[in-house]
Amino acid sequence: MSLSYYPGCTLKTKAKNAEDSAIAAMAALGIELVELPRWNCCGTVYSFAGDEELHQLAPVRNLIRVKETGGDRVATICSFCYNTLKRANLLVTSNPEKMHTINTFMEEEIDYEGDVEVVHLLEVLRDDIGWETIAEKVQVPLTGLKVAPYYGCTLLRPQEIAIDDVERPTIMHDLLKALGADVVDFPYATECCGSYQIISNPDYVSQRVWDILSSAMRRKADAIVLSCPLCDANLGQTQKELMQTHSEFKGIPILYFTQLLALALGLDPEICRLELNYVDPRPLLESKELLRQ
Amino acid sequence: MEKRIGVFVCHCGLNIAGTVDVEQVVEAVKDYPDVVYAGNYIYMCSDPGQELVRTTIREQNLNGVVMSNCSPLMHEKTFRRVATKAGLNPYLLEIANIREDVSWPHENEKELATKKAISIVKMAIEKLKRNVELTPMVVPLHKRALVVGGGIAGITAALEIASAGYEVIVVEKLPYVGGHAAQLAGTFPTLDRVPCLMAPMIAKMISHPKIKVYTNAEVDEVSGYVGNFIVKIKTSPSYIDEGKCNNCGLCLEKCPVTCPSEFDCGLAERKAIYITPPETMSQKVLIDPGNCLHLNGDECRACEEICPTKAIDFLQQGITVEKTVGAIIVATGYGLWDKKNIPEYESDPDVIDGLQFERILSPSGPTGGDIRRPSDGKVPKQIVFISCCGSRDPEHGFTYCSRVCCMYIAKQAVLYSRTVPGGQAYVFYMDIRSDSKGYEEFVKSAMEEERVLYLRGRVSKLFRDGDKIKVWGSDTLSGKSVEISADLVIMATAMTPREGAIALARKLNVTVDAIGFLTEAHPKLQPVETLTTGIYLAGTVQWPRDIPDSIASTGGAVSKVLSMFSRKELLHEPTIAWPDEEVCSGCGICASVCTYNAIEIDPIKRVAKVNEAVCESCGACIASCPSGAMRHKNWNARQFMDMIDIATGAYV
Repeated sequence: MSLSYYPGCTLKTKAKNAEDSAIAAMAALGIELVELPRWNCCGTVYSFAGDEELHQLAPVRNLIRVKETGGDRVATICSFCYNTLKRANLLVTSNPEKMHTINTFMEEEIDYEGDVEVVHLLEVLRDDIGWETIAEKVQVPLTGLKVAPYYGCTLLRPQEIAIDDVERPTIMHDLLKALGADVVDFPYATECCGSYQIISNPDYVSQRVWDILSSAMRRKADAIVLSCPLCDANLGQTQKELMQTHSEFKGIPILYFTQLLALALGLDPEICRLELNYVDPRPLLESKELLRQ
Repeated sequence: MEKRIGVFVCHCGLNIAGTVDVEQVVEAVKDYPDVVYAGNYIYMCSDPGQELVRTTIREQNLNGVVMSNCSPLMHEKTFRRVATKAGLNPYLLEIANIREDVSWPHENEKELATKKAISIVKMAIEKLKRNVELTPMVVPLHKRALVVGGGIAGITAALEIASAGYEVIVVEKLPYVGGHAAQLAGTFPTLDRVPCLMAPMIAKMISHPKIKVYTNAEVDEVSGYVGNFIVKIKTSPSYIDEGKCNNCGLCLEKCPVTCPSEFDCGLAERKAIYITPPETMSQKVLIDPGNCLHLNGDECRACEEICPTKAIDFLQQGITVEKTVGAIIVATGYGLWDKKNIPEYESDPDVIDGLQFERILSPSGPTGGDIRRPSDGKVPKQIVFISCCGSRDPEHGFTYCSRVCCMYIAKQAVLYSRTVPGGQAYVFYMDIRSDSKGYEEFVKSAMEEERVLYLRGRVSKLFRDGDKIKVWGSDTLSGKSVEISADLVIMATAMTPREGAIALARKLNVTVDAIGFLTEAHPKLQPVETLTTGIYLAGTVQWPRDIPDSIASTGGAVSKVLSMFSRKELLHEPTIAWPDEEVCSGCGICASVCTYNAIEIDPIKRVAKVNEAVCESCGACIASCPSGAMRHKNWNARQFMDMIDIATGAYV
């Protein structure tokens, strides 16, 4: 089975570790991720501007690309891409007038009719494959690895596009349990990481990141698992500074769920590109004997 | 006989005349066939207006009157009284509603409104021409009342009616009376201890010679009609021979099953055999059949073996009694919304609802009056109240305000602050609604004298953090996020209809609103009546209320019952259904659609028979009769056709 896959810009640059591990892991589960031809920027941040139609051109154009391939479903890995594509889709499908305006504006393209489904890879794992099947295919159970799933906000907000229960999501918990990990629940799992405030208000973000990390560590997590490259950047990059301000803090690895999936399925750890993670997770994974060749 | 019809057009100030050209209406009908008089006046319902109608009937020798004014719900009775006084049969007076049906909905279409008003008045004239003189029927009246629910409203109702000299039957579902009020620690704003309020009432009710209380009982079936309701009351067995039991309590010690106590809202345990709580003034031993091992097939007979008076009777059966009552007061109270409905507020033993905190604050509660939290029995030093949990929150719960929470939060915060030295209470609120006597002052004193900290904002999340519960909220007045490390959190959950309220409403033929509260006949003018004559509402079965408001509404319901009981007999409207026996084939479709069970098929004549005292003239039987045999007095088919002719002709 193959599935149309929208990477987005970050997965091709800073988050190669997310993309490579995802493609390899999905192949091991029998699903070929086929990169969408001629994809463009997802729109990055969903716009609240009054003349929002213009801001929906980028995501809608991507959905048109999916139609052009003859498909009706596209998967994302980056939570931000998921959010913008899914919300643009929701806007045009619930608002035929706006869909008409957009189609008229992009007269060179075929008309979009709201007929493409946007899904996140976690949903594919849950709905198309199922936790039991994944558990059966695990070669290297993540036994003894205490991981705290961190959802951030873009997978769950607004409620209409949430991939799981908005307040108490379990989808990443369930995946990690299927992979054999010890899942650590923590109250900051659905809190915002500070997002783009990192540019204009970095002190605020480092305070938030500290709250998130320290909460997970108080609950004895060895690592944090997530799906969003922006959360990854904030939670990972800020740690150097936090180590200086909090002398007892020695850092905590941040991993993409796709990396742990690939490892657990017994794939070559090289494919996980662990050297790209902001905080090197290899010592931790080695100590748990999870980096078998 | 020659028809002499008078038409009276009311201005209702500007309510009608501001939209409808009343002069034009008079002009349009004054020469209409059979109309001998048409006039208008600013307020027909006023004394001079009524006088005008009365004198005109006499002077013009009218034998039919059309009042064109407001809805018949408002003044049909008024003008029919006027007609009677003037010597005209009241059923020869018809109302043409040109206010609710015309001027109000067509405020911006004056021409159309006038045209429609004329048409409606002409329709009423046409209907009136075929009206016949009718006389209300006399119905017997049983001067005994049924009160459903033994909470503070039900007890009040029972005592008031009984003290006027009439018999009362009280049916309470639980094994004890007292309701939610008996569970409370105190009242606002006076901080009375509730047992001091309730105990004399309950004691008086139980010993009152005119009151019979059935506890552990439910209303099983209701039939009949006002003055003559036949009620089946079904009691559940207590499995205890009350004549033998001496309340020694040995059985409670031996019983191996513990389960959560309903009265203590799950904060304490009781045995499967237990004594009703002391607050309810009626200490009785009974077995809870849901939890008793023996009653669920086990061999255990621990209580029976230990009982020195042989009072345990596992074979005891419930009884069903049938009583005839003239009036029913429904006072079944409220339910409490489950706090689990808000997933952001973590389920935790130290996150409780307002009623649970009442028990903790109560001197006879599970902690004996010490304020201790459920998880580990520690005295909470920081407590947080969250108001509007489910109320005014359509996303999770309901749009309405539960009306009591602002005040009970203030009361609980005051009781807490006075009991725990150094303790700090925080209250997250949206608005403080303290709109009754002494309420605003009480909240102010909670803030200023008891140093309760009020934060205007919502709580976004609660979670357990070691020994504490972290409370995240916002203080919208300072614009800051707030984090409080609380020892105990109290959620002021919404007051909702009680479980089973809808089922009871169906049995009683009473309507419920979209939420499940029982509805009054008219929100302004008939606030304690239901649409079923003879059934009245008291207290929170109707809407969230505090104790004074519940008592006041109970007083309203009681006065309706007493005013009915002060009559010798009842009169029933004569405008009801009747079968034309020449045409009726006895098919029985009418009987099957009658919600009031007013129709039966005569077994010998094989025709429908209408119980005239029960028929509420809804018309369902008439609409469903395949042969057109079922008729309506003063609403026959010819009248409808004549009216339709006018209605359609006017708009051609």
